[in-house]
Amino acid sequence: MIPKLEVRNLNYSYHTMDGETTALSDISFSVKSGEFIAVVGPSGCGKSTLLSLICGLFKPDSGTILLDGRPVRRASSGIGYMLQKDHLFEWRTIRSNASLGLEIRKKMDDLHKSRVAGLLETYGLEPFSGARPSQLSGGMRQRAALIRTLALEPDLLLLDEPFSALDYQTRLAVCDDISTIIRDRKKTAVLITHDLSEAVSVADRVLVLTGRPGHVGAELTVSFASGETSPLKRRNEPEFSTYFNEIWRLLQRGAEHLPDPKGNYAEVLHEN
Amino acid sequence: MKINETPAQREFVAGQRRRKRAVLACRILLLAAVLTIWEVCAGLGIINDFIFSSPSRIIRCFYTMLLDGSIFLHTGVTVLETLVSFFLVVTIGILGAILLWSSRTLSEIMDPYLVMLNSLPKSALAPILIVWLGNNMRTIVVAAVSVAVFGSILTLHNGFRSVDPDQIRLIYSLGGNRADVLKKVLLPGSVPLIISNMKVNIGLCLVGVIIGEFLSAQAGLGYLIIYGSQVFKLDLVMMSIVILCGLSAFLYQAIAVLERKVQGTE
Repeated sequence: MIPKLEVRNLNYSYHTMDGETTALSDISFSVKSGEFIAVVGPSGCGKSTLLSLICGLFKPDSGTILLDGRPVRRASSGIGYMLQKDHLFEWRTIRSNASLGLEIRKKMDDLHKSRVAGLLETYGLEPFSGARPSQLSGGMRQRAALIRTLALEPDLLLLDEPFSALDYQTRLAVCDDISTIIRDRKKTAVLITHDLSEAVSVADRVLVLTGRPGHVGAELTVSFASGETSPLKRRNEPEFSTYFNEIWRLLQRGAEHLPDPKGNYAEVLHEN
Repeated sequence: MKINETPAQREFVAGQRRRKRAVLACRILLLAAVLTIWEVCAGLGIINDFIFSSPSRIIRCFYTMLLDGSIFLHTGVTVLETLVSFFLVVTIGILGAILLWSSRTLSEIMDPYLVMLNSLPKSALAPILIVWLGNNMRTIVVAAVSVAVFGSILTLHNGFRSVDPDQIRLIYSLGGNRADVLKKVLLPGSVPLIISNMKVNIGLCLVGVIIGEFLSAQAGLGYLIIYGSQVFKLDLVMMSIVILCGLSAFLYQAIAVLERKVQGTE
């Protein structure tokens, strides 16, 4: 069976006048249809770059990225991208923010409009569809941003730390909310995060990126005996801390190989 | 007053209102005091009212010109020239900023020249403009546009460049191109900047129009000021300045109203 997403021997470097920085080195992994994977790693290991490459916004130096067995095109409609902040535009209503992608792809027909209305209805934003983003809570804003992404019906969702701008309590709730929606809709998802507990709580599989340049340090399948998929409930499962510690150990091991002794692990340590 | 307000809250609100009223009263008193002292000094001969004029002389002068209707002509000409140059500045400013944004190479090439033109004292250009364009309204409008347009382009272009790159990334990730970035993010996102830039521009245009009228005009408040000083009718000069004060305040307020309207719809 062809995987939903396949990344093979991906390399990418940034060029500036000060020199060349290799961001990603020989990255290979694949994601099955309907699978939820998390990519963890210290900041500066090229996590966000990886998503930009998958989304086709950047061109890799070498290597291939296949979506359903075909090379990705720039901003293919099969891929939805959620950024760190919701970036809902204050000059648009929630409904018109949610339809932004449709407007850009010139798909503002009745069928698509009613689909957006249906999504707003399903996820409890119907009463706010005429409101401005500033009138919504952080969690509702992320939902609106998710609807904006889902309106284009992508099969693959790329989530670039979509909860990191929220305060901790909201973050747990929104993470639970969003990942449940994604699982219910049977979407394939790649979540970038530096929060290890978040990775263990949502993902089927965790990809540990280490070092500079980033490379796949380890891969870990996360499975709970109870079959629990809700992030909040998973946190109470006995396996949770085992996985957490395992990923922690993998990251630490990666840190030892960092050329820069300080690395960026202080940050990870601090946040967990 | 709300029923469930505590006495402390009521006291606070009343205090704030008192302060507001006191400020307004002081403003009016200050104006009245200046006018009275001016008038009294002129009446007692402490200052020469032929040179310094006086409030009553200004009002008389205004009344005469009101009767023969010439005040409407001069004020109207200045307002018309200011509005025409203002709309030109806003249009050229936005189009220029879009053009610079659309090509990074072009903006880098043009940057030093725009900075230079922006800091050049535009009054230095006025004599050349008369020679090139003639002794007419066209010269005045071009002079006024030249005062404001370069700063306007630079400000708006800077605003466009400081848009959050992630917002642009969002548009690209939804399948958009550069035109979509412009239509969906840059222009709507820059509305507050464009309006605050308008506030600056309306004042600068008025400055430019007066400079232009000093040098080449048959009508307008700037013309009245120059004419009045040449024939030593200082009442005329003072009156024109008073009208200019009112005019600039009115034009600025008009933009402020527009700003509130736009903010109200958002």
